[in-house]
Amino acid sequence: MSVPESKPSDLLSSYNPGLYFDELFGAMDLPAEHTALIRQRLAALDFDELRRRAQDAERELYNLGITFIVYSDKDAVDRILPFDVIPRVISAPEWKHLEAGVTQRVAALNLFLHDIYHDQKILKDGVIPRDLVEGNHNFRPQMIGLDVPFNTYIHIMGTDLVRDRHGTFRVLEDNGRVPSGVSYVVENRHMMQRVFPDLMQDIGIRPVDNYGHKLLDAMMEIAPVDDPQVVLLSPGTYNSAYFEHIFLAREMGVPLVEGRDLVVDNDRVFMKTTNGLAPVHSIYRRLDDAFLDPRAFNPDSLLGVPGILEAYRKGNVALANAIGTGVADDKAVYCYVPRMIKYYLDQDPIIPNVDTRICREPDALQYTLDNLADLVVKPVGEAGGYGITIGPRASKAELEDCRAKLLADPSNYISQPVVDLSVCPTVCDDAIEPRHVDLRPFAITGKSTWVLPGGLSRVALKKGTLIVNSSQGGGSKDTWVLEGGAA
Amino acid sequence: MNLLSRYAECIFWMARYMERAENLARILDVHETFARDTRGATNWFSIVQLNADEKDFFSRHDRPTAEAVIHYYMFDGQNQNSLLSMLRMARENARTLRPWISTEMWTQINVFHNKLLEMSVKDVAAQNLSKVCTWIKEECQTHTGITEGTFYRDQGWYFYQMGKYIERADQTTRLLDIKYHTLLPSPAEVGSTLDVSQWTTVLRCTAGYHAFRRVYPRGMSPTTVAGFMLFNEGFPRSVVMCVRQIDGVLTRMRSRYDLRGGSAAMERVDELLAALLSRPIDAVLRDGLHEYLDWIQLQLSVVTTEIAQAFFGAQPPLAVQSQSQ
Repeated sequence: MSVPESKPSDLLSSYNPGLYFDELFGAMDLPAEHTALIRQRLAALDFDELRRRAQDAERELYNLGITFIVYSDKDAVDRILPFDVIPRVISAPEWKHLEAGVTQRVAALNLFLHDIYHDQKILKDGVIPRDLVEGNHNFRPQMIGLDVPFNTYIHIMGTDLVRDRHGTFRVLEDNGRVPSGVSYVVENRHMMQRVFPDLMQDIGIRPVDNYGHKLLDAMMEIAPVDDPQVVLLSPGTYNSAYFEHIFLAREMGVPLVEGRDLVVDNDRVFMKTTNGLAPVHSIYRRLDDAFLDPRAFNPDSLLGVPGILEAYRKGNVALANAIGTGVADDKAVYCYVPRMIKYYLDQDPIIPNVDTRICREPDALQYTLDNLADLVVKPVGEAGGYGITIGPRASKAELEDCRAKLLADPSNYISQPVVDLSVCPTVCDDAIEPRHVDLRPFAITGKSTWVLPGGLSRVALKKGTLIVNSSQGGGSKDTWVLEGGAA
Repeated sequence: MNLLSRYAECIFWMARYMERAENLARILDVHETFARDTRGATNWFSIVQLNADEKDFFSRHDRPTAEAVIHYYMFDGQNQNSLLSMLRMARENARTLRPWISTEMWTQINVFHNKLLEMSVKDVAAQNLSKVCTWIKEECQTHTGITEGTFYRDQGWYFYQMGKYIERADQTTRLLDIKYHTLLPSPAEVGSTLDVSQWTTVLRCTAGYHAFRRVYPRGMSPTTVAGFMLFNEGFPRSVVMCVRQIDGVLTRMRSRYDLRGGSAAMERVDELLAALLSRPIDAVLRDGLHEYLDWIQLQLSVVTTEIAQAFFGAQPPLAVQSQSQ
């Protein structure tokens, strides 16, 4: 057996994460022991070889059509989510902490949703401003008084986490409507297994490929009948996340339907088959509330199913996620989640929020305006990293523009300090360089909550940028959660 | 397991577009051979006529040169009948079907489409056309092989077979029509060296030459070749063979899956088969082969409509498709 020769200047010897917390190396005063073997193997690789294997991987993703669609003026282009082959590694104790934190958060948000659609105790007690909830455009009065199985509203949750300079994980955002990205978690792992089996051998990485089974289990638990027909409802092939819809339908072994495949008759949902109408009992919908039922919500929606809300209200069909969860993942409501956790669970948050100011509150607005150059200002309604102003990196004109917008509509914004996102070694053009990453774990909740051991690690591939969203040039990495026994 | 109507339709059309692409490659190949034979550019025009594309073609080209016609039928995304359009539609259907078909089926179509997208007419300078056509044929045959080896045998498989055989029967009538209608020789030329070589080419393009020789070791006449391509019971591209397959597939599918619809389609196919079996080739040629081929195409189109109404739902067509040929 030959031990890989360690050259004096190996692949990682000139790597320097700077002041940031590094996911592979840890902090300077907190060396990451659990990644020692992985670092040793990486260091022994040849850079050109690494690049070649990385290119093979991306070529394969393209050929397999693991892509999302980007629309330009002229046409639709298939893009892969750029894939970086150096994994992001999470130790067993770190994961235990994250798992508990995510589970706690899901529990609190589900209790919150049940409360605001029933007794509204939290509003009556003044913990959260009433207008923030009832005035939220994602609050659905149709859900008031409706009971859902196990009081679970958010069956599929994606929690965006970042790690600050000290290595502390913080929640940046909750995604409780239709979180996406889990297909990349599983496909990235498959890709690594094909391209880097030598790197993964004997590391003890927790598997991620049972996500589909867990999702199907939850979909069956919440169904109104014993042997339910589960389907996945997609907006269709033109949706940018269509690949994920395919992936999940296939993993669950259920039909991928579009709105036009379903009809509601006598408050029951059916799908159109070659042999006539067949009943449907449980729907994993990848369609926002607004498009779900043109009779109840957006009347122009051609993607939805007329009458499905009534079928849902009668308990004839289960929907995941439930209608009206958007109010819980609102960026303004986010600020109150720590207080929610205390209120419903009498616990402290296991994973803290990023320190956030709600600009609808006069003091917070003043503070934000006074410290604009040091803060990140986010519109509460936008997704995908749009509309964000990062103070320290903004030009004078951009800051003034932001100030004007804040003054015009303060309640549309929150502000946060710049979080020095942790970095991870990433294959760049000429060398391995540090790039910022975040983490989105996925939690499935039917009767109880299960958290996929791993999650989507998004990486900001452009040097210096903090925005990791795929629509803004981000890529992804495989996320390795190590088994308990691993050193 | 239930099959969504929309999926059934997409499977049917995916099969048709792949079969159609293979046949277009065969037709382009045969034209190259004809064009070489002293007749010059007029022969390139015949393929435009064959597809009734004159109006659309001349809206973008002045003259039917080899290059213009090849571009038009290979890479012109605006032309519904180009290879690129067919592959795009096959791929769109396959993309919709990805939860249903095997990953290998999808990947092959996806890579095939992407390769075609990267090619240009320069890569197909006329002397290379035959090579490119061979490549396309082989990609289509790879698709057929992957499908045979990986497509799960449930209802979807039956719709795939129906689509494939309807398209193949239709394409065989078109290929035959090129020779007999568009390239109709003057009576003096019948049986000439050129005439015989063209019939040989038609047979070679459908990979039927050797089989034909086994059946007719001596000589080659319009009657024997047309009869072989229409009615032979062993030739996999003959119209009768294809219609028999459609008939069998439809019958087995309806009984195996207890499907209520489709009796009208069944009757149509039975009638078509009976008509094909009852008419001797001499009578067909006497009354006009072209008219007969047209009639077969019409019957196949009616069968398609009946299948769509029985199984794909009453709405306007859902899958990416074009029946304009």
